[in-house]
Amino acid sequence: MKEYEIIVGLETHIQLNTETKIFCACKADSWEAEPNTNICPICTGQPGVLPRLNAEAVQKGALLAAAMHAEINPCSIFDRKHYFYPDLPKGFQITQLFEPIGKGGYLDLYMPDGEIKRVRINKMHLEEDAGKTKLEHGQRMVDLNRGGVPLVEMVTEPDLRSGEEAAQYLSQLRELLRWIGVSEADMERGHLRCDANVSIREKGSTAFNTKTEIKNVNSIDSVRQAITQEAKRQIELLESGGKVEQYTLDWDADTGKLSMMRSKEGEADYRYFREPDLQPVILSEEEIEAIKASLPELPYARRRRFVEEYQLSAYDAEVLTSERGLSDYFEEAVALYAKEPKTISNWMMNDMIRLMNDTGKSARDLVLKPTALVEIVKLLDDGKINAATGKSLLVKVEQTGKAPARIVEEEGLGLIADADSLRKQIETVLANAPNEVAAYRGGKETLMGWFVGQIMRATGGKADPKLTREILAELLKE
Amino acid sequence: MTFTQLSAREIAQKVQAGELKVSDMLEASLAQIRAVDGDFGSLDGQPTDPETDKKVHAFISLTEELAHAQAQAVEAKVAKGENAGLLAGVPVSIKDIFALENTVTTAASRMLYNYRAPYTATAVQKLIDAGALIVGKVNLDEFTFGSSNESSAYQPASNNPWNTTYVPGGSSGGSAAAVAAEETPLSLGTDTGGSIRQPAAFCGVVGLKPSYGRVSRYGLIAFASSLDCPGPLARNVEDAALILQVMAGVDERDESSATLPVPNYLEALQQDVRGMRIGLSPDYAGIAYPNHATGEFEVIPVQDEIKQATLDAAEQLARQGAEIIENVPMPHTRYGIPVYFVVSRIEAASNLNRMDGVKYGYTVADARDLQDLYTRTRTEGFGLQPKLRILMGAYLSATSKKVNYYQLASKVRGMIGQDFELAFDPKGAYQLDALLTPTTPTTAFKRAEIFGDSVLMQYADQMTVSVNHAGLPAITVPAGLDKKNLPIGIQFIANHFQEETILRAAYAYEQSTLDAAWRRVRPMALQEVNA
Repeated sequence: MKEYEIIVGLETHIQLNTETKIFCACKADSWEAEPNTNICPICTGQPGVLPRLNAEAVQKGALLAAAMHAEINPCSIFDRKHYFYPDLPKGFQITQLFEPIGKGGYLDLYMPDGEIKRVRINKMHLEEDAGKTKLEHGQRMVDLNRGGVPLVEMVTEPDLRSGEEAAQYLSQLRELLRWIGVSEADMERGHLRCDANVSIREKGSTAFNTKTEIKNVNSIDSVRQAITQEAKRQIELLESGGKVEQYTLDWDADTGKLSMMRSKEGEADYRYFREPDLQPVILSEEEIEAIKASLPELPYARRRRFVEEYQLSAYDAEVLTSERGLSDYFEEAVALYAKEPKTISNWMMNDMIRLMNDTGKSARDLVLKPTALVEIVKLLDDGKINAATGKSLLVKVEQTGKAPARIVEEEGLGLIADADSLRKQIETVLANAPNEVAAYRGGKETLMGWFVGQIMRATGGKADPKLTREILAELLKE
Repeated sequence: MTFTQLSAREIAQKVQAGELKVSDMLEASLAQIRAVDGDFGSLDGQPTDPETDKKVHAFISLTEELAHAQAQAVEAKVAKGENAGLLAGVPVSIKDIFALENTVTTAASRMLYNYRAPYTATAVQKLIDAGALIVGKVNLDEFTFGSSNESSAYQPASNNPWNTTYVPGGSSGGSAAAVAAEETPLSLGTDTGGSIRQPAAFCGVVGLKPSYGRVSRYGLIAFASSLDCPGPLARNVEDAALILQVMAGVDERDESSATLPVPNYLEALQQDVRGMRIGLSPDYAGIAYPNHATGEFEVIPVQDEIKQATLDAAEQLARQGAEIIENVPMPHTRYGIPVYFVVSRIEAASNLNRMDGVKYGYTVADARDLQDLYTRTRTEGFGLQPKLRILMGAYLSATSKKVNYYQLASKVRGMIGQDFELAFDPKGAYQLDALLTPTTPTTAFKRAEIFGDSVLMQYADQMTVSVNHAGLPAITVPAGLDKKNLPIGIQFIANHFQEETILRAAYAYEQSTLDAAWRRVRPMALQEVNA
């Protein structure tokens, strides 16, 4: 069998998380709303209405362009793309063809083997989403709630070489979208949708062969599986003397199967022309600079910096930069307690992530702010509480919102650091264990640990361990 | 003089002063409609009135309930001594292409025969807010596609009140007829290539096409979005200024509406025309059209009486101190129609895509599948004109075409605009304030005379269409009658947002001809009523 190379390009639709729809005042998010309850004359295409561009959509689209290293178009223009479908109320979609918001660009994929793979962007434009149709009791029902939600359509060059690479692209794109805050990128809710173009060629060849388009690969697993499967099918087809035809395939995530939707002969004529109801979107040099300046440090750069600046392990740095809020949280805490980034990292990696998992909250939403975390770490480092108390304080602060020191005081969680009162308690413990005292004094010094344990039990763990050992050593010497 | 002969300005003043009851004014308007209008246009309408050929048929529907409610509101304000608005108690008719909430808005098409708009157009709302009484919706060419009103799916279509065997022009023919026949002193129309000015000229009334962006398009069912302009038809220049005052201004619902402040148009009328530089252009002396056989342009001169009326008007204005500049070249005027043909067809076909039988309007009940629903809804719902425009628009915008006609036409559109820029350039060779032209190459034509010959009808718009391409303001005013007693219109064109200039020029001309003999002639349709 010959050796083949898989060629993949991805077409993604990204739902921007704006307050309102792109051309009217309806809310952008109508997840789980009753059908046709989030609509108005504009997004239902009533005769006579006019679109009015949502500036937030432009800002977010341009920010995404900046994040993709694309050129932000200083004068982007909307066009009409015509086709008939019941979920498209105007009979055309307002989109951008000739002068899109972003030109060029790329996404660098950081592959698990450490390699960097650059995926070029072929086009990136703003457009409105269509509504939805579904069959119900033999009738085709139309729901226009989603109609007019702002989307960025982003298409890669055929730069990906496997299902795995495509999955990496989608995963890292999803991370980036959330990181820069332009989309919730929740694939289950359709915030990030994906179609994949797949073809194969003999290794070494530079030609592009007939491709098939797989629709609805709307999860990272689906992308990986569907592409791998389709490439396998194409290779087997070719090997058995067949020929790949230009099909559109549908991916069924439940069964993990591809099925043919239609053969794709001859593109439909969308009769694009400039949308006369919208003005060109002008972004001045200053505005473009401001958008670029507002771009936060991107995940990979921050990851690298965490390793260099805080000496974190690569793994810790990756976990802590998996979400922007989490990494911001970490850095805020480190800034408050600069000498101990590693300590903070340990707390974040273990207890904080557990707390977030248990409460279902993101770092940003926690009641427990970085100041409180640092306060708890300091209490522990200063020997005022023990580790168990420290951990329990995280939960208590999160639940009550009280300051850690106050909880320690109110609940008497502080360590007994008063030498006199501790000495009395130790004396009582020793008095009750004459045999062990004798054994210790007889040379069985390993019993020290047992004594400490007894004292901890007697004080409910609140005895300052260092002081306890000092007093014990003194009393047992006699 | 009956109430229906009062100007809008007079009505509003009398109403505000308590000298005229709003309900009486409304009743007078409705009575006039009953007297002259005859059968309203209706789908597949078969006239029952033996006198139907002598009637005006301006209306498709009345909105009496709404008008009565508005009358009461105005009355109440006047009673309390409050300002009841610039149009207090003035009956206004609306071209049935504007959305009016809870009212059937047909666009004179079967496609929207049952469409009740869920919102009100901005321009209409502004009229209501200024105290106007919306009495009804008037007829038009289907979706505004025409220059004679004959293409309306609502028959009988409007007739020309001056001679009811003639067309009122179009597409705002119902508006022009309603104003000329004294049914309403004002009407709201739309102008895409001349659709306010041509019927105004044909019916002997004033028609104003404001600058693109001066009046919001929100709620105007679009024909060609980059050309469409709402504007008034009135019986005199002052009334046109008055209603423009009410409608002009930025609208956040229309991105193309201008943010420029709105000047006081009524005050502008008080300034005379001394020193105003008014141009005449040989390129408006006739209509040029390409001979199909030779490809060469041929020119048909405008009707003699219209040419003479234009020159007379120039003379009148010169006598009042205006400077007349002759031979201003407007060389790209001849491309106005071909460019219009491309731009308006492509935009129209696109705008009509939403009429698919899914959401509103006409739909076939027994569609076999989606394709059948679309095909039959659009086959049965659209009349000939929309179909022609959809076909041509789809053809011209097909991606398979080697030429991008829309872009090409947009380029030539820019050249047409440059003609005006050069003419109006304050440092240029001509330094015009306004251009004076005939509004139409001929006076009104007979019903069925050229309907169907849509190319010839198209070229008849050559005097008006360049203004739409350039987005400029223009006004037509009555300037006499031809030997058939049909009205003649002359047009003033000014630079962007210089409505004041053309209103001043038109007003000066109008005032200087108030005593002219032709002004005492009444339209034929009115000769039997209120004589």
